[in-house]
Amino acid sequence: MKMIVAYIKPERLNAVKQELYKHDIFKMSITNALGCGQQKGYHESYRGVDEEVNLLKKIRIEIAVNHDFVQATIDAIIDGAQTGNIGDGKIFVTNLEECVRIRTGEVGIEAVG
Amino acid sequence: MFKRLLKIIMLVTIVFISATSFAGDETAVKVSKEMFTINNLWMLVATVLVFIMHLGFAALESGLTRAKNTVNILFKNVMIVAIGLLTYALIGFGLMYNGEAWMLGKFFGFAGFGLACPEGAAGLIDYSNGTYTYWTDFIFQGMFAATAATIVSGAVAERMKLDSFLIFSAIYVAVIYPIIGSWGWGKGWLDTIGFHDFAGSTFVHSVGGWAALVAVILLGPRIGKYVNGKSKPIFGHNIPLATIGAMLLWFGWFGFNGGSVLSADPLGVSYVFVTTCLAAATGIIAASLTSWKLQKHPDLTMVLNGCLAGLVGVTAGADVLSISATIIVGAIAGVIVVLAVFLFDRLRLDDPVGALAVHLVCGIWGTLAVGIFCEEYSFMSQLIGVGAVGGFCILGALAIFLPIKYTIGLRMSAEEEVRGLDICEHGIDSYHGFQIFNNQ
Repeated sequence: MKMIVAYIKPERLNAVKQELYKHDIFKMSITNALGCGQQKGYHESYRGVDEEVNLLKKIRIEIAVNHDFVQATIDAIIDGAQTGNIGDGKIFVTNLEECVRIRTGEVGIEAVG
Repeated sequence: MFKRLLKIIMLVTIVFISATSFAGDETAVKVSKEMFTINNLWMLVATVLVFIMHLGFAALESGLTRAKNTVNILFKNVMIVAIGLLTYALIGFGLMYNGEAWMLGKFFGFAGFGLACPEGAAGLIDYSNGTYTYWTDFIFQGMFAATAATIVSGAVAERMKLDSFLIFSAIYVAVIYPIIGSWGWGKGWLDTIGFHDFAGSTFVHSVGGWAALVAVILLGPRIGKYVNGKSKPIFGHNIPLATIGAMLLWFGWFGFNGGSVLSADPLGVSYVFVTTCLAAATGIIAASLTSWKLQKHPDLTMVLNGCLAGLVGVTAGADVLSISATIIVGAIAGVIVVLAVFLFDRLRLDDPVGALAVHLVCGIWGTLAVGIFCEEYSFMSQLIGVGAVGGFCILGALAIFLPIKYTIGLRMSAEEEVRGLDICEHGIDSYHGFQIFNNQ
């Protein structure tokens, strides 16, 4: 079991979802996030005073998957989120210790589903 | 019942005509100084009411679009009031009310640049037979002029470049709007053939609507509106603001129509108030029933469009329509505005705020309705007016848009459009400190 966490550009979310659906991956959690990487942020100006906005609006996607689906999920996120420009985001893959489905009490691989 | 009403209406019309006959008319009745002050004061109050419509447009348009484009929409609406008034002072007023200085048949005339109040009483009590002064005339008409361009602002929202839009609006309001206005309200050829447009279903709303249609076709839809041949909703971000906007527009319409009586004539103004409000009310009811039936649930944004549809519809005949005819005009406007929104969507014409359905479609409907419901106005004249104004507006809008399209361009780049016009055009967020995310 792996936990896949990806930070992407907000406007790519729809494309990522479509790619995931193509690979039969329907379970995911989405949260709004602020973040920065190599990208320098952007420039705002208010009443003549400049401001460098460092934290950019991003979308965080969390998907718990069984081993067979890890590569497919990663590929789908890349296909959907890649524009080739700076700020496309990153994907983090970590081991998942345990998973419990609250409704039935199932654990492990069955719970991830 | 219907006949008696019609007689009353005709009487009202006669009162209007005698009250609003222009200066120099020998049969004109002199009014007292006190009446002159009252007339003039009402016209100034009406001007203030028309002014608040700009806030109504600003609120409605920003509410029905996405948070990332709010500064841009508000910016455009503020600029348009300024551009409209200044260009009207510079050339618009002279083009629209040329005082018989016709140069090209009764199609084009020009009284000269700038403002020049006639000396003494000629600019005051004698200017318009004791109904308003020269200055009142200018500021009331100038406030009207800017509304035509505001209509375009909503239709092109979220994708058009700011500078291109401002250039277009300035030329359109300075030249096209007043030339068309002179055909009717400036006693031009449409007035001669008996075309009746009381407060501007055609001269204001359709003029804005036709330009909006040309703009929407040239610009194309917003990114994400039509995906794989399917229409997707792009939700407005602030429905309370949109509601405030629509109700403010209704509020302003008391001045838009009530002021178009062009005097404080008690019968005229009160009757116009009644027709205006009844049409707005029936527009709301008809649009909500249509929306409830077709969309399975009553859509508030459609009902707001319905309110404005009723108002636009009654604007051409607010002085001459009978009460029963007003109800019918408002109800039909409420139904067709919803159908028109669906139709434009099916035609893949992306109009974020429904400006085409409200101002163009219902403007045409209201103008034709005068010919249908009032025996004294011929349907053919109304139809000729609608067609001529439509043709001239399309040509005029193309003549302005195409050079802009092939020089500085009309549309934001795809990347800028996705990020939002607020950051890309203005370098500022509209709701700083709030976490608003755009996934569209």
